[in-house]
Amino acid sequence: MQPETKKKMKLTFNIKGGDFTHAGHPSSEVKKVLKQLGIDSKTIKNIVIALYEAEVNVVAHAWKGTVSVEIDENKITILVSDEGPGIPDIDLAMQAGYSTASKKVREMGFGAGMGLPNIKKNTDELLIESEVNKGTKVKMVNYF
Amino acid sequence: MNGSSIYHALDATKCIGCTHCMKSCPTEAIRVVNGLAVIDHDRCVYCGQCHRACPTHAFYVVQDDLAMIRSFKYRVILFPSIMIGQFPEKYSEDQIYDGLKKVGFTHVYEVEQPMQVLIDSINEVLANKETPKPAISIYCPAIVRLIQGRYPSLTENLILRKAPHNLAAHFAIEQLMLEGARREEIGLFYATPCIAKIAAVKSPVGESESIVDGIVNMNQLYNEVMKVISEGQAEDHSVQRQNLSAEGITWSLTRGESCHFGSRGIAIDGIHNAVRFLERLENDQVKGIDFIEMRACDQSCAGGILLTGNRFMTVERLERRAKRYPAAKDISPETIRAKTKELKLKLILDSIVPKPHFAFGKDRVKAMEKMSKAQRIVCFLPGIDCGACGAPNCQALAEDMVNNKAKMSDCTFLQQMWVDEGRINAKKAFLNTQKKWGTDRFKADCNKRGRRNEGF
Repeated sequence: MQPETKKKMKLTFNIKGGDFTHAGHPSSEVKKVLKQLGIDSKTIKNIVIALYEAEVNVVAHAWKGTVSVEIDENKITILVSDEGPGIPDIDLAMQAGYSTASKKVREMGFGAGMGLPNIKKNTDELLIESEVNKGTKVKMVNYF
Repeated sequence: MNGSSIYHALDATKCIGCTHCMKSCPTEAIRVVNGLAVIDHDRCVYCGQCHRACPTHAFYVVQDDLAMIRSFKYRVILFPSIMIGQFPEKYSEDQIYDGLKKVGFTHVYEVEQPMQVLIDSINEVLANKETPKPAISIYCPAIVRLIQGRYPSLTENLILRKAPHNLAAHFAIEQLMLEGARREEIGLFYATPCIAKIAAVKSPVGESESIVDGIVNMNQLYNEVMKVISEGQAEDHSVQRQNLSAEGITWSLTRGESCHFGSRGIAIDGIHNAVRFLERLENDQVKGIDFIEMRACDQSCAGGILLTGNRFMTVERLERRAKRYPAAKDISPETIRAKTKELKLKLILDSIVPKPHFAFGKDRVKAMEKMSKAQRIVCFLPGIDCGACGAPNCQALAEDMVNNKAKMSDCTFLQQMWVDEGRINAKKAFLNTQKKWGTDRFKADCNKRGRRNEGF
């Protein structure tokens, strides 16, 4: 975690592909900070659910990734970017139930095809950019 | 019952200012100041961890004077079944009931009756599609306070049905009034296994006022009963237990609730286990579970801090006892059936509101400034969470500093560095530490209290 200027708080985390054991650490840390800022608990819940889903996406599909969080007075911007296979058809991936997760990942209870739809549901703004065989960038914004 | 809302405190003559309680507190509510532990009562959830951790038994629990029961004509002792479980095997239920009467009570009620009324009531909540799942039991008051303070978004998952002591209190009043008693002649006293239940009885959450007139700490009651209990033939008190069921007897034990509710119910005991699980639950990482029983103490109420008997032996005795009692659904005397509807209405709680206590104040911009500052301070702290500053960990110290509750020099590592850099002299540094921990900390003493493994 690297703090910065007074008006903005910045936090960064690294995610390792395939490491399901430690998925959830960034979302827990972000949650702690938002609680200390006195953000409304429903808003926190939305943010944390979206971030956790995005984290699991990186863990389940990509090789490695980073989470950069920027909090200012009235909003939180989270950028989750990974190096990985990318998403060939984003519209298709946004459909509930569509999944490309491997059998192994599904057996661990992940990969139900609800990741991106769930992120969409819990964020105010969502932007996804992806390049096949290079990686994916997911930008999520929630207003307080 | 109003007045003070502080139910446990520290005996300054016994506290040696070690860090055990501070380290074990699940809400970081304790600091060591001038060589003494200090509780922040706004953060405290009454889980009792500090009592357990204290090597000098410096924490004490407030209690009402037993003599007050004399001002009522009908003196009812309401106690959870675990009370029975902690007595040595050689004492029968009737001998224990006899003992309670000799102590001065006229009526003896175990609180977990008539259980089917509460079971049905909770099932109604669970059957309602609008109930957020997983629904969380409010049985353990320490858990309710923990959720309000630390996991405020989960307060909506709490099941708004009162605990068994309310059930039995209403039921006891009904029965005594049938016998001709007037309401004002009835005094209801609750024998409590823990501080959390005292708080729940004296300043209830989700109820305007408690139905109980006073509390008796279970360890005190145990000692009083042991003074007068007879080894001989006891009177038959089974009529007072005619509504007691197997479910009621095991209700306060781990899985005592979760085995009855939901298609997938889980049970968690121990406050630190609860904290870890609530963290996951709040992140929406728990799927498919519809009922959660959660208790602050290991082995649930059998592990309450005011119990005398060994908790594992208590569980064993109760499990065996439950086998001799009928199932709750098979007990339905006329008196209950007629009153079920009324009783059920009385079991409904008002809403439980979140009370987040971790925020840095109301102004968000100021809060962000404080947090950024705390993050910068943390960079300079050693990160070993030693507690020698009087705060439970480095992060907590940094937060205390930005809230003007601690100084940079409270960290012995920073201070050491300043001495090395020549910014303060060694004498001044020593005096700082002495001020924090008292002069006795520096005296040689082979029997010094507070060292590791004390009490083994």
